[in-house]
Amino acid sequence: MADATIQPAERGEDAHHTSLGLSNEKMGMWSLIGSECLFFGALISTYLIYLDRTADGPGPSEIFDIPFTSVSTFILLMSSLGMVLALAAVQSGDMRRFRVWTLATAGMGSVFLAGQIYEFTFFVEEGFGLTTSAFSSSFFVLTGFHGVHVAVGILMLLGIWAASLTGRLTPSHAGTVESIGLYWHFVDIVWIVLFTVVYLIPAE
Amino acid sequence: MTTTQEQPTTGGSAFRRPKATTGFGSWFTTIDHKKIGILYFATAFLFFSLGGIEALLLRTQLSSPDMAFLTRDQYNQLFTMHGLTMIFFGVMPLGSAAFNYLLPLMIGARDVAFPRLNALSYWVFLFAGIFLYSSVLLGGAPDGGWFAYAPLNVLGGDPLGETLGFASEQSARMMFYSLGLQLAGIASLASAVNFIVTILNMRAPGMTLMRMPVFIWMTLVTSVLMLFAMPVIGVALWQLMFDIGYGANFFNPALGGDPVLWQHMFWLFGHPEVYIIILPAFGIISEVLPVFSRKPLFGYTAIVFSGIAIGFMGWGVWAHHMFAVGLGPVANAAFALSTMFIAVPTGIKIFNWLGTMWGGQIRFRTPMLFAIGMVAMFTIGGLSGVTHAIVPHNYQQTDTYYVVAHFHYVMFGGAVFGLMAGFYYWFPKVKGRMMDERLGKLHFWLMLVGFNLAFGPMHVLGLQGMPRRVATYPDGMGWNLWNLVATVGGYMIALGFLVFVINVLKSRKGGLPAGDDPWDARTLEWSTTSPPPVHNFNEVPVVRTRDDFWNRKYASGDPSRTPLRVPSGGSGEAGADAGDVAHDIHMPDPSYYPLVAAFGMPIMAYGVLFTPILIAVGGVITIAGLFGWALEPSAEEH
Repeated sequence: MADATIQPAERGEDAHHTSLGLSNEKMGMWSLIGSECLFFGALISTYLIYLDRTADGPGPSEIFDIPFTSVSTFILLMSSLGMVLALAAVQSGDMRRFRVWTLATAGMGSVFLAGQIYEFTFFVEEGFGLTTSAFSSSFFVLTGFHGVHVAVGILMLLGIWAASLTGRLTPSHAGTVESIGLYWHFVDIVWIVLFTVVYLIPAE
Repeated sequence: MTTTQEQPTTGGSAFRRPKATTGFGSWFTTIDHKKIGILYFATAFLFFSLGGIEALLLRTQLSSPDMAFLTRDQYNQLFTMHGLTMIFFGVMPLGSAAFNYLLPLMIGARDVAFPRLNALSYWVFLFAGIFLYSSVLLGGAPDGGWFAYAPLNVLGGDPLGETLGFASEQSARMMFYSLGLQLAGIASLASAVNFIVTILNMRAPGMTLMRMPVFIWMTLVTSVLMLFAMPVIGVALWQLMFDIGYGANFFNPALGGDPVLWQHMFWLFGHPEVYIIILPAFGIISEVLPVFSRKPLFGYTAIVFSGIAIGFMGWGVWAHHMFAVGLGPVANAAFALSTMFIAVPTGIKIFNWLGTMWGGQIRFRTPMLFAIGMVAMFTIGGLSGVTHAIVPHNYQQTDTYYVVAHFHYVMFGGAVFGLMAGFYYWFPKVKGRMMDERLGKLHFWLMLVGFNLAFGPMHVLGLQGMPRRVATYPDGMGWNLWNLVATVGGYMIALGFLVFVINVLKSRKGGLPAGDDPWDARTLEWSTTSPPPVHNFNEVPVVRTRDDFWNRKYASGDPSRTPLRVPSGGSGEAGADAGDVAHDIHMPDPSYYPLVAAFGMPIMAYGVLFTPILIAVGGVITIAGLFGWALEPSAEEH
């Protein structure tokens, strides 16, 4: 993938010649994402294996509130748009707009997390907790880990926001923003898979 | 990478970045890959020795029937810790030490792609080891075996997940297993990302993938395996942690959990892990054999592609660890076949190594002895490995000493012999001094004879039906003689390592000066000074062929040799002359933050064990460390 358009910015950023012409940061992020695919793969496999192991506890079709989760899913997916706009802003050198969109992206991620916390509390009150069954354990650990990833993404966004305030992050560091954007989009894409597998498919 | 000049940044950090690159304090802040490599080696060797002492205690207990030297509980803890230590804190990080030190030197780079991430990886690894061993003081070490079959390892006296506390003392011990390995996994993952990016992105101009030294290729395959295997065991360990600590039911059959899931996940990681351990040794051997045979490596392409093939096929054989589970004839047959197939690329390598030596002018120096020993011992281990692939045999052999014999021939005879070959080979580069040959040869022979005495008889013991993991055995089973021989062999290995330590301490300061290229070697690291300067190369080399350094030394048959050497400023001698050149090369400054970020992680792990407050404290420290890291200026202005 030769990003002819972003190349100049990247050159300024680290002034390194790299063998593949791709910045180290971006390639590191791609490697990490490859690793994360197996992480979520293992969690999703576990969930699918345990889908009917409810041990007389609530099953998937009895407990999930699909309209509620659809709304928080929508907000999370919109945050990807915020990320794109933040990257576009830093690439065009508009640091004020970059900070606005970075915070907006982090904010949408936080709303999603809050929704998940609410959902978890609601489930536990309904008698569907981590210890209820193998199914419940795999549900909470799978979606919980996704939540942890969103939280890590929010911390990274706050990091680049703070870095742009101190002047550590300038338009020449658009590559850094792009790498964090890759992570953020990846976490969103994983949620599309999870939302489909966990919420939509069992509802049929 | 032609320059390391960093973009000067505006703004500043509240803290001054540490500058010192020498002295005791610099070891805590260093981000120089060579110093991190040395730290990795020293730490890993310490853990390796600890694992060795544990092995000696085990062998002492088994030296004669009905021994009461250790209690059953102590024995269980010791063999668990022996396995964990050797695999995760001994042999694997010894490979990492070699990667760290050599990778940039061999590809003609000044540094790894993410120097501070490298430091983080080391500190997390160190803290993971300390965390795991702290269990000894806090109620006992893990005692569920290194593969910790769930839920056997968590079912103590009480039912699983009874309260938010721990079901039993034993499950608390297994929490150390879960958390300690998760920490070690973070370290592995960080270095895997770092090495992959470094290899793919930071090669010297002209060094195409097919011109890379085989060691670098094996580093790449190993790193890719780590990158994909670590998350799988990570998930299994998290699930174990939730089961023990928070009452989840992943492996609890009473509420729908499936114990076989643990085995699948564990071995889906565990088999690639075997290759993560052995591939670095394959790489080392492929560098050592040609140099001491004075011939190019025979079949470079075949060796590289068989390494890649192993990297892929290593994923398709995990269930051969589980034939006795009863997965059914179809699964057993499929995995029997795949297991036999994976012997093919390994066999290709062995024939290529033999082809390299064939007709060469072999110099039997210590590194070469270890390399030849590795080829021989690994072949024996490989052959007994093929016998496991035959399912009916496997039923007989599984969980007997035959398996112990097999994997020690592969892991010890393969990986450790290979690493020792590498150590003797590269020591002159690291220290600028030669190792003592006589002590080196004594080490080799003690180790070779001791190794075969210790593990050879275990084949017989296994076929005679002696199970593994038994704390003692009755008299009259016909096992007495071979157990005694194995114990004697174990002590001989220990003696060999004692000689090794003496040799290192002696040669570190008092060895003969090595010069830049003592072995008349082929790869780029020998074109710089010994020890290399902080910036590795005064001028980044341009590579035109495979074995470029060697080809230039012998260019057009010129006996005076024209080594691949920096033309500028008479840099043949390190120090004063190189200083002028070095002045313009700016390396990134050392940093406190990797240490800070890593320090928070074991605190979080203790928090899982004791109180959530510690999780929060550790989390804050780690996040603060990472923020400090992200916000610190990339370089102070000079």
